[in-house]
Amino acid sequence: MTDVLNPAVHHGHDDAHDEHHGPTGILKWLTTTDHKVIGLSYTITAVLMLVIGGLFAEIIRFQLATPDGHLVSLAQYNELFTMHGSVMIYLFAGPFAFGGLPNIIVPIQIGAPDMAFPRLNALSYWLYLTGSITMLSGFFTSGGAANFGWVAYAPLSNAVNSPGAGADLWIGGLLLTGFSAIFTGVNLCATIFYLRAPGMTLFRMPVFTWNLLVTAILILLAFPVLTAGLIMLYCDRHFGTHIFSVQGGGVPVLWQNIFWFWGHPEVYILALPFFGIVTEVIPVFSRKPVFGYKGMIFATMTIAALSLGVWAHHMFTTGTVLLPFFSFMSLLIAVPTGIKIFNWIGTMWRGQIWFSTAMLMAIGFVVTFLIGGLTGIYLASPPLDFFTHDTYFVVAHFHSVVMALVLAGMAGLYYWGPKITGYILHEGLGKIQFWFLFIGTQVFTLPMYLLGLYGMPRRMAVYPHNPEWQHLNEIATLGAIMIGISTIVFVINVGYSWKKFPAGDNPWDGHTLEWFTTSPPPHHNFYRLPQIRSERPTWDYNHPEHKALEHGKHEESHA
Amino acid sequence: MKQVSRILILLGIFFLAMAIVYWFWSKESGGSIMIFAGSLLCFMPGSYYGWWAKRMAPHPQDSKTGTSEEGAGVVATFPGTSIWPFTLGMAAFFVVLSLVFGIWLLIPGLGLAVWALLGGTAEGRRGGNH
Repeated sequence: MTDVLNPAVHHGHDDAHDEHHGPTGILKWLTTTDHKVIGLSYTITAVLMLVIGGLFAEIIRFQLATPDGHLVSLAQYNELFTMHGSVMIYLFAGPFAFGGLPNIIVPIQIGAPDMAFPRLNALSYWLYLTGSITMLSGFFTSGGAANFGWVAYAPLSNAVNSPGAGADLWIGGLLLTGFSAIFTGVNLCATIFYLRAPGMTLFRMPVFTWNLLVTAILILLAFPVLTAGLIMLYCDRHFGTHIFSVQGGGVPVLWQNIFWFWGHPEVYILALPFFGIVTEVIPVFSRKPVFGYKGMIFATMTIAALSLGVWAHHMFTTGTVLLPFFSFMSLLIAVPTGIKIFNWIGTMWRGQIWFSTAMLMAIGFVVTFLIGGLTGIYLASPPLDFFTHDTYFVVAHFHSVVMALVLAGMAGLYYWGPKITGYILHEGLGKIQFWFLFIGTQVFTLPMYLLGLYGMPRRMAVYPHNPEWQHLNEIATLGAIMIGISTIVFVINVGYSWKKFPAGDNPWDGHTLEWFTTSPPPHHNFYRLPQIRSERPTWDYNHPEHKALEHGKHEESHA
Repeated sequence: MKQVSRILILLGIFFLAMAIVYWFWSKESGGSIMIFAGSLLCFMPGSYYGWWAKRMAPHPQDSKTGTSEEGAGVVATFPGTSIWPFTLGMAAFFVVLSLVFGIWLLIPGLGLAVWALLGGTAEGRRGGNH
């Protein structure tokens, strides 16, 4: 245990507390409680999961390139789409969104030495890693991995319809990663509430940190429901309870209610951190403060508040839900999301835009997310949803959304990578990656919208010989190949740029506190801190002639 | 602290209103209970922070003119390296595997858990490695 002093007063490289002599090698990764090392473990594991889930996706797309594909059997196809969804949502997007970059960046952005509970933070990572191993190990059991879809609807997920260890491993893995998320949520809340530097009031926090605070609150509201549901599901499967089975007086649709009560807030738990990344990247590369700072925060909180009242829009076709309530609430979420999109555009408006890779990725996010968001509005209205439910239209909608998040995540890696490692990724290769990823995403999703409107159901391994369907599927597969190439370019870029282009402390002329410290930051993050008087303290320090003014005040010369 | 409390209470009030509207409109018990529990989960920390905000001097981090000098001193106490989170993680791993592969896995699982809890607590009291 170490008492960490306020770096602004007790600064200096000779401070004994700043020097860290911990174990090295594998023992360093096993025993660390440093949020930067844990965050890096999270990020590396999550990107590995992205690659694994991406491989599943490529197999699925190759299977669907022809109407009666023979690449995998029907049973294997069920396992593949289940594990593709599970790996991407539970093991990549979530942990990357609230465990990877935020773990590294949030404490630095608020001027804190570490997360509030460093050992709990380490435990979160180990639960996430073991949960991932547990879930994926289903492939090595005799019955294969879980095959009931990533949503595990009852009664398909009961012991009769889905026997075998794969399903139980899926439940177990999800229990572990669920607890990991809850602990991270507690940690983020406590860190942001208590460890801000003097002068860093709530409404001076960077928007990324704000979004993570709201995400953490949502995690605490949503994840316990999933954990409870999973325990009920396990009891149904093994202890003879009948919570989700009609035979014993249970209600199968209750599982859907419980699952989506977690599942829809989860969508925002995934999305809000990525919104935050984009809201950091766009102002820095537009050379302007973020447009509508308070509006942005208001929008984030509104999205979080509404997200608890929209879960049943996934269940319109069950016929057991209150359609007007859920439709209205879902449509309402378009308002704060629209505010965000306008604010991103407003930030770029008349700025001096620097089209770095991170900025391109962020712009790609805004475009792709707009497509995904607008089609979400269609799906929020029951008459359209009845027509498109369980078709490729829905698949296309959420793939637009999550591929937008992947673009935003890449923006985050290109933007903060130099801070985390001390080295910049190669910009040329980054731009090649961007174009493959961005165009690939559209080539991959847009045909699926049409496929859905033509009536192709999701989750089928073979389909009728319909030339229209086949051509569209071929185009979608081409898009998936392009996305695969973009991932390979990213891996090549990481290898090529390895310790090659030193970044310096502030390569992008950034706004927030992480650009004030060294790259990579020292143990406990800061040797010194600037005076914090606005939401961009580093910019104020580096550009005293262009200091931020109080909201609503204009400079004399401009008046 | 006051702002944190206000945000949480406002969220709680919103969820409470939503739970009431949803219950009287749909009469669906599962969702109503979950939204209501969500509002309680906001009121609990919200009222706690509110209670303390009235009784504590404001933090320099909540003051718009907070200076580094006001924050002088110890920020907080942080642990050095520790093997116990890893041990506890492995314990949880074995406990979950016991759900799938047999109850005997609880022996290493709970054993590791007890060891990790004792070790972690002792480390906290001793001051740990640094």
